Amino acid sequence: MPKLIARRKFITGAAALSLLAGCESRPAGAFLNLMREFNEKAEEWLFSPSRLAPELPESATTPEDAFPQYSILPEIPEAPPDWILKIGGLVHRPMSLSLDDLQRMPATEMRVQHHCVEGWSAVASWRGVRLSVIAKMVGLDPSVRYVEFKSFDANYYSGWDLASAMHPQTLLAYSMNGHPLEPGHGAPLRLYSAIKLGYKNVKYLTEVNFLPNKIGGYWEDQGYEWFGGV
Amino acid sequence: MDRASIPNHRPPRREQPLAIRIAHWSNVVFLVIMAGSGLQILTAYPALGPRGEQYSWYPFQNTPPPEWLTLGGWLAGGRHWHFAIAWFFVANGLFYLIYFSASGEWRRRLFIPGRDFGNAFKQFAYYLRLRKNPPDPDFYNGLQRMAYSSVILFGVIMVLSGLAIYKPVQLHFLAVLFGGYDGARVVHLAGLCLFGIFVLIHLILVATHPRELLKMITGGHRA
Repeated sequence: MPKLIARRKFITGAAALSLLAGCESRPAGAFLNLMREFNEKAEEWLFSPSRLAPELPESATTPEDAFPQYSILPEIPEAPPDWILKIGGLVHRPMSLSLDDLQRMPATEMRVQHHCVEGWSAVASWRGVRLSVIAKMVGLDPSVRYVEFKSFDANYYSGWDLASAMHPQTLLAYSMNGHPLEPGHGAPLRLYSAIKLGYKNVKYLTEVNFLPNKIGGYWEDQGYEWFGGV
Repeated sequence: MDRASIPNHRPPRREQPLAIRIAHWSNVVFLVIMAGSGLQILTAYPALGPRGEQYSWYPFQNTPPPEWLTLGGWLAGGRHWHFAIAWFFVANGLFYLIYFSASGEWRRRLFIPGRDFGNAFKQFAYYLRLRKNPPDPDFYNGLQRMAYSSVILFGVIMVLSGLAIYKPVQLHFLAVLFGGYDGARVVHLAGLCLFGIFVLIHLILVATHPRELLKMITGGHRA
């Protein structure tokens, strides 16, 4: 009865595979880790520091109430009254910047597509200062390879590769769709980049540290991809 | 005529040569993992169309796929399985296509409209009981050739649309090809449905022609 055998084979095969996935068995875990590291290298190889995400017309803008607002804290995180952004790590001139300081710096505005790891996309325009401009101001030590972004949304943070952080479409953004950032979208200041998945774009920024060593991130530490480029 | 006088003579191949059997059964494993992990990924946002403009024509908007069809446990797990096995799926596909072209197997497998359309039409009429007898098969009948050739095309479209979703900025030209990131998601899910329909029909036909299954295991006769 080859017909039955075929079907049984197929079903048991599928069941074995789903078991493998469900119980984090060691060989499967080791294989996935190996492939994850391989994919991270592939992502880094594919990333071009000069390739720009297309800028979109105003008509492409997502209605703002339809643009999701995620945070770790159960309520929308609120900025402390004495909020200030610290730029540190291995830099020649560490700085503390107020929102006014940032708004006086040369601004960049871009309307780009947002890609969430969950699979949805949305479009908004973002205005802010290129991180590369700030890096030039503080002066990076030659050993810097990574950038750490910290927030006041619980312990949310994310670590980036330097090349992505220096991309011309990676901004410290204080404005969305022409008005100051709303609390749900990361007020007073958030990281926004057209070349990374949403969870890499840390909202409610408090610190930017230029570092020689690689660090993880809130979701990255739980298993999401570290590079997270798009 | 003695053998030496036949140009390009090669010893006869089995009906299902070893390379094809290896590629076929590897593909079974890879496709199951790709489909299960893909559905796990879909579960995170089981909708089509950008935020605020979900497509009204899609009937399963915000309906996640059944959990028993998913693989990976959660979004990150699904993504790791998907992006890990994708390489093997592509490598296996390339291995198959190279063998398919270089060995000349394409001659008896590829759907060539001029040669196969009439046969496919007659076979279809036979399935619809509009014809008493099936047309004479020439290794495969026209419908088989059409199905096996289109599924290769589905595979190529799946890989390209998947890459467009994975890297919509770095591979922007691919995203453009599918009407943007959200268009690529539509194509990728439609491709999965086509694969699903193919597999379903394939299994039904294999169940009714068990000898074909044996050939895919043993290789069958040398033709």
